[in-house]
Amino acid sequence: MTAAPGGTAADAPRTLADACRRLGDDPNLVPVAGGTDLMVSDRLERSAVAGVLDLTRIPELTGVREVAGGLEIGAATPFAVLRSHPAVCRRFPALAAAAAVVGGWQIQSRATLGGNLVNASPAGDSLPVLLALEAVVVAAGPAGEREIPCAAFHVGYRKTALVPGELVARIRLPDPSPGSRQLFRKVGTREAQAISKVVVAAVGRVGGEGREGGVVESLRLAAGSVAATPVRLRAAEAAAVGKPWSPETARTRLAEEVGRAARGEVTPIDDVRSTAVYRAATLERVVRRLILDLGSPE
Amino acid sequence: MNVRFVVNGEEREAEGAPLERLLDVLREQLALTGTKEGCGEGECGACTVLLDGEPALSCLVPLAQCAGRDVRTVEGVAALPAGRRIVERLVAAGGVQCGACTPGIVVTAFALFERDPAPTRQALADALAGNLCRCTGYEGIFRALTDDAEQPTVSPARPGAPAVGEAE
Amino acid sequence: MTGIGTSPPRPDGFAKASGAAVYADDLVRPGMWFGATVRSPHAHARLDGVRFAAERAPEGAVCLTAADLPGPNGILLIDDEWPILAAGTVRHVGEPVALVAAPSRLGALQAAAAVEAEYTPLPAVLTLEEAAAQATAQPTTQTTAHATPPATARPLLAECSLACGDVEAALAAATAVVEGTWSTGHQEHIYIECNAATAWVEDDGTVVVHGSMQCPYYVHKALVHALGAAPERVRVQASVVGGGFGGKEDFPSVIGVHAALLARAAGRPVRLAYDRHEDIVGTTKRHPAVVRHRTAVAADGTLLALDIDVTFDGGAYRTLSPVVLSRAVLHAFGPYRCPNVRIHGRVLATHTAPNSAFRGFGAPQTQFAMERQMDAVARRLGLDPLEVRRRNVVRPGDRLPTGQVLGESTAAEACLERAAARTGFQERWRALEREREGRADDSADGAPRRGIGLSLYFHGAGFTGSGERRMQSPVGARLLADGRVEVLTATTDMGQGCVAVFPQIAAAAGSLADDDVTFAPPDTARVPDSGPTVASRTTMIVGGTIARAVAGLSRRVVDWWQGEHGAGWQLADGTLRHPGGDAVPFRQAAREFLAAGGEGALEVRHRPPDWQEFDDATHQGSAYPVYAWGCDVVEVEVDPDTWAVRPTAVTAVCEVGRALHPTLCAGQIEGGTLQAVGWALTEEVKLDGGRYLNDRLATYIIPTARDAPRVSVELLEQPYEGGPFGAKGIGELPMDGGAPAVCQAVENATGIAVTAIPATPERLFAWAEGDRRREEVA
Repeated sequence: MTAAPGGTAADAPRTLADACRRLGDDPNLVPVAGGTDLMVSDRLERSAVAGVLDLTRIPELTGVREVAGGLEIGAATPFAVLRSHPAVCRRFPALAAAAAVVGGWQIQSRATLGGNLVNASPAGDSLPVLLALEAVVVAAGPAGEREIPCAAFHVGYRKTALVPGELVARIRLPDPSPGSRQLFRKVGTREAQAISKVVVAAVGRVGGEGREGGVVESLRLAAGSVAATPVRLRAAEAAAVGKPWSPETARTRLAEEVGRAARGEVTPIDDVRSTAVYRAATLERVVRRLILDLGSPE
Repeated sequence: MNVRFVVNGEEREAEGAPLERLLDVLREQLALTGTKEGCGEGECGACTVLLDGEPALSCLVPLAQCAGRDVRTVEGVAALPAGRRIVERLVAAGGVQCGACTPGIVVTAFALFERDPAPTRQALADALAGNLCRCTGYEGIFRALTDDAEQPTVSPARPGAPAVGEAE
Repeated sequence: MTGIGTSPPRPDGFAKASGAAVYADDLVRPGMWFGATVRSPHAHARLDGVRFAAERAPEGAVCLTAADLPGPNGILLIDDEWPILAAGTVRHVGEPVALVAAPSRLGALQAAAAVEAEYTPLPAVLTLEEAAAQATAQPTTQTTAHATPPATARPLLAECSLACGDVEAALAAATAVVEGTWSTGHQEHIYIECNAATAWVEDDGTVVVHGSMQCPYYVHKALVHALGAAPERVRVQASVVGGGFGGKEDFPSVIGVHAALLARAAGRPVRLAYDRHEDIVGTTKRHPAVVRHRTAVAADGTLLALDIDVTFDGGAYRTLSPVVLSRAVLHAFGPYRCPNVRIHGRVLATHTAPNSAFRGFGAPQTQFAMERQMDAVARRLGLDPLEVRRRNVVRPGDRLPTGQVLGESTAAEACLERAAARTGFQERWRALEREREGRADDSADGAPRRGIGLSLYFHGAGFTGSGERRMQSPVGARLLADGRVEVLTATTDMGQGCVAVFPQIAAAAGSLADDDVTFAPPDTARVPDSGPTVASRTTMIVGGTIARAVAGLSRRVVDWWQGEHGAGWQLADGTLRHPGGDAVPFRQAAREFLAAGGEGALEVRHRPPDWQEFDDATHQGSAYPVYAWGCDVVEVEVDPDTWAVRPTAVTAVCEVGRALHPTLCAGQIEGGTLQAVGWALTEEVKLDGGRYLNDRLATYIIPTARDAPRVSVELLEQPYEGGPFGAKGIGELPMDGGAPAVCQAVENATGIAVTAIPATPERLFAWAEGDRRREEVA
């Protein structure tokens, strides 16, 4: 791709700084990475776009890098890379699991983690994972870089905390505490190539002897498609942390309570994919299942 | 904008708005109509091409990103021995009916076979999950490209009656 | 080997798979423009005016409204009440109100955006329930598109009845009367290639339409009517067809007329190709249905009376609804014996896109209901699904409610027993019933709920009733100068594979070699009207006529040859051989025959069996000369957390007369079965105020390769003497069986009585909640 025979490949920015400068100079430029959301528009709409900012040729924006205490993922890294990246699979299996169910193979080869964030759909498959991992979004703009906690990134339905001229540069994933477990569950409209009706991620740890009984020492739960933005399920977390976990208590009380708490803190809607009541009930059952799985042997 | 890129091994040039779809460029400017449009929004896979060797949906690839890229369409894939084998297997096993999804399936299967020459049924289903087929129920495609598929049988309706058809 | 019963590669396969085949949207004509359609945003409105702001459109762009039409404003099918372009009133969202053409696709969209239509919204009837309420409140009114239509909907689009015996007496005397109401939803065809056509006008004024279609002569008829043209000045060519399933039976007449009108107005070729959104919004779908059953049964499960009320949602215009309803009623009683039957069917109008042909043509809806009703009967009497069917299944010699006495090729029982034996159905069903009953209600184990279901079904081959007798559709065969036989039919290959099966039939019937036979493309300027490519008639009816035509032509050559060279010659595999050892290729004999002035052209018409008589008014007689039979066994897993149903395996045992090309024959069963499974589980057209909420493949959910169960097909053969080499029509058969078997399996797994499809997780959840609440109250 470096041996570009065409003149215009050389026109694409090669550094993040250059990309930011160009966006500053021409705020009408449309940034495009995988294009899998942007391009779903009709010919009239597309013909009206005069200039784009190609984000696929900027080395800083792609790839997975080791940083102190975690990994950083370039915003333009496609899901196909995340799905099979050894460090991601080992340290962030929930993200790898989400990456493996974002559309089919063709979508995964193009769609990017940063794109999923910026498109800001409440159904974005990777977003509950980023919330549960307490990921940090590093944005770059005219004023330099700033860090935005993932929980503060989606400020409303399809709205992000980015200001004009800002791009998502990378996503920092802090390593979860040792011994914690990551779980991911997508309930889609079919087995594959589906948009989520409910999507849930959990990062947590049951201390002590998991099989015989222990305590939920930590839990971070997040869900998508159940509110205007992806949400952390803090009431459900609170209902779990500090509680004894055993296969028996989990089945009889704990999981029920956590599931119910989760259901109580979301505001799903009826839409073309599902109904509010189904989403609420399914969230409750999926959360219950994740709590049961949390302390069970892997 | 004017863009130069490589299509099926040849340098080609295309002209259009930055968000012109690669699909339209291939079909309308380069007369490569083997790449089909089934949905125009990345759901059906009929427009699958290889973009720098990776399967991609040409309806979602803007011209602005094509400069210098290597694009291989179904015409280019079918011209390669490995692509031709996929085509022949699909035709022989009943993996082709109306054919509108087939070019996309050939391209995706070609990419899979480059990585995994003997995929399981599950691996093929995973790889083809983004290629919708409405005719075959996929069984003929599994039959063509894996050794784990159902083989139809033919037998007389009345036990003991002479068979009139020959089983496969 | 390519003879009958073998599976040679389909001859169009390589071109299709390698991208070389030319589909409707691939054909480029010099100077071609592109068309676009301006559509109503309202379900029901008065159309007050349409204005074309040419200054906002590309230079030279043309715009047509109903006022510009050269002839009657109707697409001629059974009648012509479906307007070409809305005039005065729009009756569904997406109804065409204007057409535009411009030099580019983008220009066409810009021109469409420059059309301003003014509407006064009117009250709309959007659901079958609303239509049924209105139908009882109002007398039938009928209008044509030519008159100014009234603002009210026309409730009744079609009606028909069928009766035998004394239903009331049987209901009164029965041990048990089981009632059930079964509903099915819209279904979109989702052929992967959307509707498209290109039209141009030749120098001599001939209008040519090249497009994706099942029925070139339907398009021809509609063009002659709409353009007021002489039949010989209209030519229709079918392109390679990227899937049809009935969706390209009547709709290509609409898009073909539209393209032709634009080509005339623009004075140059115009291509009109729909995108997926437009194809879903603007084209026909499967009729949603509500079927009510009252069934009288004896204690042993014997059916005593069936009282069936069928209501279909026809959408805004009649299209083919009367014949769809007819087939629906003629399959509503299932492959069962019953002495007392009363069926009443109606198609009601709503302000939604017209519903019309879809694989199965009404029969899947009524057989879904019948099969679910049989399950309800079994539950009431404590029988299992296999047993209740065994006690009632039709056998040769049995009489259907139409009075038809079934012939030798009646194999429902063979399908049932074979499918049950292959899958161990009875034991498995009982074991899973026990597993469910023994299970605590709570889903803590997370294990999928497993279920198995079975359905028995049949499908009449060929046009309903007197249709084939009326058409007696012709097939042509002629000798080419090189001595090959050219066969001429108007049949199109939409994927089903007649391109492979017809040559097999022709070569075998004519005792010719494969390459002695060639087929003319389906072009109305070249081929006779051998009828539409519909109704599971292609192999059996057209194929049978091909066999007679080619056999007749080759016999003519052989007879002449023997006249010249003495008796004793035998034709086999394209070579004439004499016991004395001489051998002459058929082609050489044919060339000499032509050189000697022999008549090398032959037209043969389809002849329905003499005994097949049917009264279209009373629906009594033999509606079809023969039926194909099938039994499906489906296994499912239901996720206890999400209610998602995953079909894991399907066994389909289908009796097909004779499998001429087993791979393609099984391909019809495999593909049709998955289409039925999709209809049962995920496919749903969601409307809000008549507006489509899911006019995209992201939201109209068909199965992917990951969703598809293994489909294991066994083809049974009980040759039918009226079909070529014993073959019957089977293209629609598999659409009838999948859905009820899936639903019975879900019931087996969960205990939920599935009364409506699609059985989405949302519906199953709602039903389960309803059951739970009822139990709490009790």
